[in-house]
Amino acid sequence: MSLAPHPDPADYLAMVRRKRLYGGVLLVLFVVLMVSGFRVADARNAGGFFDGLHRVLDFPAEIFTEAFANWQNLPGLFVQFIPSLIETLNIAAVSTMFGALLAMVLAFLSTRGLALWPRMTPVFRRMMDIMRAVPEIVIALVLIFLLGGGPVPAMIAIAFHTTGALGKLFSEAAENADLKPVEGLASTGAGWIQRMWLGILPQVAPNWSSYALLRFEINIRASAILGFVGSGGIGYDLKTALQWGQGKYDQVVAIFALLLLTIIVVDHFSDRARARLVKGGLEA
Amino acid sequence: MKIDIVNVSKIYGTKAAVDNVSLSLGGSGFVGIIGRSGAGKSTLLRMLNRLSDATKGQILVDGTDILALKGVEKRAWQSRCAMVFQQFNLVPRMDVASNVLHGLLGRRSTLTTLFNLWSEADIRQALDILDRLGVAEQAAKRAEALSGGQQQRVAIARALMQDPAIILADEPIASLDPMNAQVVMDTLKRIQTEDGRMVIANLHTLDTARRYCDRVIGMRDGRVVFDGTPEKLTTGVARDIYGADGTFSEAATSTAIETLQPDTDYAVAMLGD
Repeated sequence: MSLAPHPDPADYLAMVRRKRLYGGVLLVLFVVLMVSGFRVADARNAGGFFDGLHRVLDFPAEIFTEAFANWQNLPGLFVQFIPSLIETLNIAAVSTMFGALLAMVLAFLSTRGLALWPRMTPVFRRMMDIMRAVPEIVIALVLIFLLGGGPVPAMIAIAFHTTGALGKLFSEAAENADLKPVEGLASTGAGWIQRMWLGILPQVAPNWSSYALLRFEINIRASAILGFVGSGGIGYDLKTALQWGQGKYDQVVAIFALLLLTIIVVDHFSDRARARLVKGGLEA
Repeated sequence: MKIDIVNVSKIYGTKAAVDNVSLSLGGSGFVGIIGRSGAGKSTLLRMLNRLSDATKGQILVDGTDILALKGVEKRAWQSRCAMVFQQFNLVPRMDVASNVLHGLLGRRSTLTTLFNLWSEADIRQALDILDRLGVAEQAAKRAEALSGGQQQRVAIARALMQDPAIILADEPIASLDPMNAQVVMDTLKRIQTEDGRMVIANLHTLDTARRYCDRVIGMRDGRVVFDGTPEKLTTGVARDIYGADGTFSEAATSTAIETLQPDTDYAVAMLGD
């Protein structure tokens, strides 16, 4: 056996120099792009970034000063806003549920190896891409225009987006499922729905529930934001309170505190639930 | 039931996994198919059950070409033609009795099967079958909690739940230790003799084929190269089937199954006789 010819160190050094040169050029290019980009953005800005920088904290300061002066209102305000908070949570929960159910169907139809009509998988995938690409607020604005304000347009908008987002995650989890049980069921004469429900669902249920819980958290925020465009819930109250010069900044602080608390609580419990689900501590 | 396989081929790309096979199978015997990995044994069984489609040919069951069946009729054939797999292919996260009840998937309404609304009679029957195979105590456990040998018996129970005329077993003991292998083979043999069902099993080892089969079919490169009684399966014939050169030793295809005493107390106890 002969050894490979001894490599020339000069070749390797030349390669190192070449790589350094390319790296340096790329770095300079990146810095130039960032600086020039910032200058363009700043020039088009009405005020100017550095002129306004020291005022960034003025507004929050004003809000907190005013709220602090009226601190005795806060407990009453918490109680006052709880119904809107529940409305926001309900919008998030219902839209997560409907979105997840639709996502299940689309995931089964678009997963390689499972699809009922294998040739149609790209169609269902593109459908989910579109649902994911359109922001909730755009759908909500269109629906509010058509159906009028209220929670229904918000639920449809969030469910639509959720279907696209969860469908993709569901499909990826299903792709990793073991196909042997499905084959076993197929050999007994099971139909497609039976194979998916009995063969795949028990395997993916922990992961899918975990994704759906995560999506519920995201949807609470989405639901609050949609309040700004007129779908009700705590977002609407926030928009009204935030308007300048009304002396309602104590309400703003109450709403933010409630939202923050809700997110922390939901996050805490869904973290624990998800950990248990993925570890298989619960019956699927 | 009479099965006539007529000029059946399965072609993947340019390679024929099963190459123009014709066979007649009838009655209620125990048929073993032997051959190297890739000889087309599994593909043949999968086409019989319609898990795979044939590229060409016919499989006539009492005169009906089951390869041409579609939809409901195809599923009806599958429910009469049970299959047992090397890796058991149970649903791991479901309990054992539910897995056995899956044998009825082709015969009960979708609603019944999806929401576990099996009738009491169905559940009793599943438990009876588990009892017959000696795994009744495991009925409420998750399938994944069982040993390989137990899982394979649950898979056979699922097959029996189908009340099939024919049971196809694709390497049923290849993942099992010798002791469990013997229990599983004895179970299949008992089902064949007591119930009068035909069993067709792909087997990896010559001695298993010799001991359990009434008829042995040898396959090589997708073709049938031997078809006869176990007595005719000499070392020379085996060498042909396995395409072996001078280094072929029959022992290499054997498991330790032959070193076990036949009908040991253990095996009998496991069968629940």
